[in-house]
Amino acid sequence: MNAPEKPLQKTRFDTIGKPRRRVDGRAKAIGQQLFADDLVLPRMLHAKLLRSPHPHAIIESIDVSRARAHRGVHLVLTGAEFPIPYGIMPVSQDEHPLARDRVRHVGDPVAAVIAVDEQTATEALELIDVKYRPLPTIASPEEGLAHPEPRIHDYGEQGNIHRNQSYEFGDVEEALAKSDHVFEDLFFYEGNTHLPMEQQASLASVEGDGKLLLSSSTQNPHYLHRQLARVLQMHAAHIRVIATANGGGFGGKCDPGNHEFVVSKAALMLGRPVKICLTREEVFYQHRGRHPVLMKFRTGVTKDGRLTAMHLQTLLDGGAYGSHGPASTFYTGVLTPVTYALPRFKFEACRVFTNKPACGPKRGHGTPQPRFGQEVQLDKIAERLGLDPAEMRLKMVTQPDSLTASWLRIGSNGLADCIRKVVEMSGWKDRRGKLGPGRGLGLACSTYMCGAGVSIYWNKMPHSAVQLLLDRSGQVTVYCGATELGQGSDDVLASLTAEALGIDPGNVRCVTGDTGLTPIDLGSYSSRVTIMMGNAALQAAGRVRELLATTAAEALNTLPDRVVFSQDRVFAAENPGQTMSFIEAIALAEAKFGTLAAVGSYAPPKPPGRYKGAGVGPSPAYSFSACVVETEVDPHTGWVTVPKIWIAHDIGRALNPVLARGQVIGSVYMGLGEALMEEQAFRRLPPKLSSALVHRNPSMLDYKSLTSLDMPDVEVALIEHPDPNCPYGAKEVGQGPLLPVMPALANAIHDAVGVRIDEVPITPDKVLRALEKKARGESPRVGPESFPAVPYPQPTCVLPPWEGGDGNELKGREGRQAA
Amino acid sequence: MTAPATRRQQRRPIDDGRATITLTVNGERRDVRFDAYKTLLEVLREDLGLTGTKHGCELGECGACAVLIDGQPVLACLELAVQCEGRAIQTIEGLANGTELHPLQAAFADLGGSQCGYCTSGMVLTAKALLDKDPAPSRERIKEALSGNLCRCTGYQQIWESVEQAARTLREAKP
Repeated sequence: MNAPEKPLQKTRFDTIGKPRRRVDGRAKAIGQQLFADDLVLPRMLHAKLLRSPHPHAIIESIDVSRARAHRGVHLVLTGAEFPIPYGIMPVSQDEHPLARDRVRHVGDPVAAVIAVDEQTATEALELIDVKYRPLPTIASPEEGLAHPEPRIHDYGEQGNIHRNQSYEFGDVEEALAKSDHVFEDLFFYEGNTHLPMEQQASLASVEGDGKLLLSSSTQNPHYLHRQLARVLQMHAAHIRVIATANGGGFGGKCDPGNHEFVVSKAALMLGRPVKICLTREEVFYQHRGRHPVLMKFRTGVTKDGRLTAMHLQTLLDGGAYGSHGPASTFYTGVLTPVTYALPRFKFEACRVFTNKPACGPKRGHGTPQPRFGQEVQLDKIAERLGLDPAEMRLKMVTQPDSLTASWLRIGSNGLADCIRKVVEMSGWKDRRGKLGPGRGLGLACSTYMCGAGVSIYWNKMPHSAVQLLLDRSGQVTVYCGATELGQGSDDVLASLTAEALGIDPGNVRCVTGDTGLTPIDLGSYSSRVTIMMGNAALQAAGRVRELLATTAAEALNTLPDRVVFSQDRVFAAENPGQTMSFIEAIALAEAKFGTLAAVGSYAPPKPPGRYKGAGVGPSPAYSFSACVVETEVDPHTGWVTVPKIWIAHDIGRALNPVLARGQVIGSVYMGLGEALMEEQAFRRLPPKLSSALVHRNPSMLDYKSLTSLDMPDVEVALIEHPDPNCPYGAKEVGQGPLLPVMPALANAIHDAVGVRIDEVPITPDKVLRALEKKARGESPRVGPESFPAVPYPQPTCVLPPWEGGDGNELKGREGRQAA
Repeated sequence: MTAPATRRQQRRPIDDGRATITLTVNGERRDVRFDAYKTLLEVLREDLGLTGTKHGCELGECGACAVLIDGQPVLACLELAVQCEGRAIQTIEGLANGTELHPLQAAFADLGGSQCGYCTSGMVLTAKALLDKDPAPSRERIKEALSGNLCRCTGYQQIWESVEQAARTLREAKP
C-alpha cells in the first residue's frame, strides 16, 4: 500500500486551491533570496571569457603568455585544457567549454582568464593573441542547404543538415485528394531569446573534503552534474551541483554553459573559489532560444470545416551547435495533432547548422512556431468557408481519453470549455467584426505537454524523486532535486506535501536543487515539475501518512483508514473529539517505527506509440488554452495596439491560484512580446569589416521587450479538468498559455484591417506593407513567398489507431507502399 | 544632503585609484573605500555586501538596480559611487521595519508581484518613490512609474495589483 488516500477522490482541501503567499515570497520581497552572483567565498577569484569576433574561423594559434604575465592573473585557460566535448543530448555532444580548433559563431568562447577581480581579468583578455583564419559563413538554413561545404560540424545527416526526419500517420496524399478543400500556406517565425532578468552566474569551489562544488544558475542541475563528470573526467559522486534560485530561465538555463565548466576546472586547478557572471551581451551569445522556423502547411478540410489530413513541413535554423536540437526538431511537429481531431498527419522537419549562437528550448520548445501557422491557417479556412472561427474549432476539438493519429494519449481535455469561456468573456459573438474601423478580435487555441514522457538520456529510472523526513519537533523536511526558476516549484512541493499530511505549508521545509543532498529530479523543463515532482511527493507523503495513521489509530481508538489529517491535527473520522496534534502523532509513530522517513518517485506511463521516434511528444497529460486578443491598428503607421486579452487555460487543478494566474499572465506577456517585437536577428558587416555575421541587438536597450506601459490587461479563467495522472489533478501552466497569443494577435489584425501577416514578429513595417498591398488591390499578405527544396528522408509510416495500426511502424514493402 | 564639492575633495582624495566616501545607507553611516571606477551598484553589492540590489543590463535599461538616493529612484549602475559622498541611500534591505515587511513587500509576496524575485528590489523601491509622492495613484500612473523596470516573469499585472494593495494599506495606516 503506497497511498492510503486517492488524491482525485479528495473533495475538501485545506491548502490546495486557496490563494496563498508562496513559501519563498518573503525572501524575495526583502532582497534576501541569494542568486548565484550574490554568493561570495573567502579567497574568491573571478573569471572572464574571451569570445570570438568571427562567425566561422579556424583558430591557427593562441598566445596567452602576455595575459598570464599580467599582474593579478592567476590562470589562463584555452581549449587545450578541455579535450572532451559535451552537449545536453547524448546524440549532440558537439561543444567544448573553450573552442579547440574552430569557432562557429560570434561570441564562441576561446579562452578564459581567472584573476583577482573582474577588472583585471577583463584587462588580461585584451592581452591574448588569437590568430584566426576566417571561413565562409552560413547565415540561414537556405544557405546551409545550398552550401554543404564548409561543414560547420563533421557530424549530422549530411552537409550542414543536423537533423532530418519524416513521419506519416496514414496516407495523407489520398486524404488530401478526397478533401473538399486543400489549403496551402507558408509561415515564418523569427528567433527570439529568453532574456531572463538574471544573467547566468556560477561559483565553483573545492570543499573541505576535496570535492567540487558548483553553485550555478541552472534549470537542470542533474544534467549539468552528468556533463561535469564527463568533461572533467571525475567520479560524479565527487561533484556537487547546487542550482541557486534562478532569476528567470524560460529554457535559457537548460543547457550546460561553457562558463560552468571553466570555473569548475579553474577551481580544481587553483584550489580557490572561482566565480563568473556573464554580461548581458554574453547572455545573447549563450542564447539557446527560439529557433527561427519556416513552415509549409497543406491542410485538407471538409466543406463544413473539419480536418481531413495535414502535411506539415518545417525548416529550423539551428545555429552553431546541437543543443536540444534533435528534440526541438521533433517538437515542430509532434504536438500539432493534439488540439483538433486530425485523421491523418504527415510531418517533415529539418534542422540546419548556421554560424549564429545555438538555438534551443524556449518556453513552448519548438511548438509555438507550428501553432502559430496552424491557428492562422484555421482562421483563413473559417473565413473562406464562411464559418465562425470559434464554432469551427469547437466542432473538432479532440476528446478526453483519446489517441491522436500519431499515438499520443490525451487524458483530461478542457479545450471546449476554454473556447466557450473566452468567447463569453470577450463578448466574441456580439463584438467580433463590429468594433469599427481598425479594431478587431482574434481567437486561437493550443495545447502543451505536462512533462516529457521520456528522459533526455535513455534510462528506466524515475524522472523525479522525493525524500521526506519528519521528526519529533514537528519538522517536516522534503528533499527533491527540482529547481526553482521563479515558477513556484518550491511552493508546489510544500503545498502538495502539506495537503497530504494535513499541515500548514509554512511548516514544510523545502531542500531542493542540490545534487549533494537531494534525490534526483531531471530539471525544470517541459512543464514537468508539478506533475512529476508532485506525484513523487504524494507517494512519499502517502507512505509517511500510513505510518502516522497506524499509531494514531491505536491512540484514537479507531482504524488507520479512519484517521483524518487536517489543520495540523489528527482526528478519528467518526469522532472528531478524539484528536491529537500532528506533533503528538509524529512522536507516537517515531516511538513505534523509529526515525520517520519515506521516499517517493515517479516515472511517466509507457506511451502507446512504439515506432522509432515515438518517444518525443508523449506526456502524462496535456494542458489546453484558448485566447482572444483585441487589437487596434493605426492605418497610417501600421502601429498595433493591444488593449485587452482574454485567456482560458485548462490547468487540471490550480494548486495556488495566485501563482497559476501569474504563470498565465506571464506566458501571455512573453507571447505578446514575441508576437510584436522580440527578435534575435543578425546582419552581415560590410566586407571591409570582415563580412562577419553579427547579432543586431545584443543588449537590453536594442532587444525590445514589453514594458509596463505596453502590457494590456489580461483576464484569466482557470478551467479545471483534473487529470488522473496528475497530483490532485494538477496539470501544467508555465508554458501552454504562451502558445495561442501570437496567432490570436495575427487573426485579430486580420479582423481589424483585413491583412494577413504570416510571420512573427508582427512589426508596424510589415502591417504597413500589407495595407499598401491591399490598397493597390494586391493580395493583402506579408509573409514568406517560397519554401526551399529540402531533402527530407523517406517517411517512417505508422497507421493511425483507427486504421488498424498497432503503434508500430510499417516495415518493408508495406511501409514503402504507404509512403 | 550633498556636501559642498570643495570640502569633499579636500577631505576625500582619490589616491592610487582608490576612493573613500561616507554614505548613509539604510539609515546607518558607512565609510567605504573602493576602486574609484566603481558604480554605486558595484559598491553596494561588492563593498557593502548589500546584494539585494541586482544587475540586469549594465546600461540603465532594465531597472533591476534601482535604489533611492535622498528619496529619489536612481539606477545604481549609472551612478558613480564617488558622486555619492554624503548622500542617503535606501536599498531593499532597509525597507522592512525589523521583521515587519513594508506594505509593498507584503503585497508583492502575497499577490504574485514577485515570481523569480530578480526585478523585485528595483520594482519595490521605484513603487515606494511613487507612493511617497502620490498615495493614491491611478493604474495608469503606476504603469508609467514602473515603465523603466523590466520584469520577464509576471506580465506586470500582479505587480500593479500589489502596488495598489500596498497603497490602500498605507492610506489606511495613516488616516
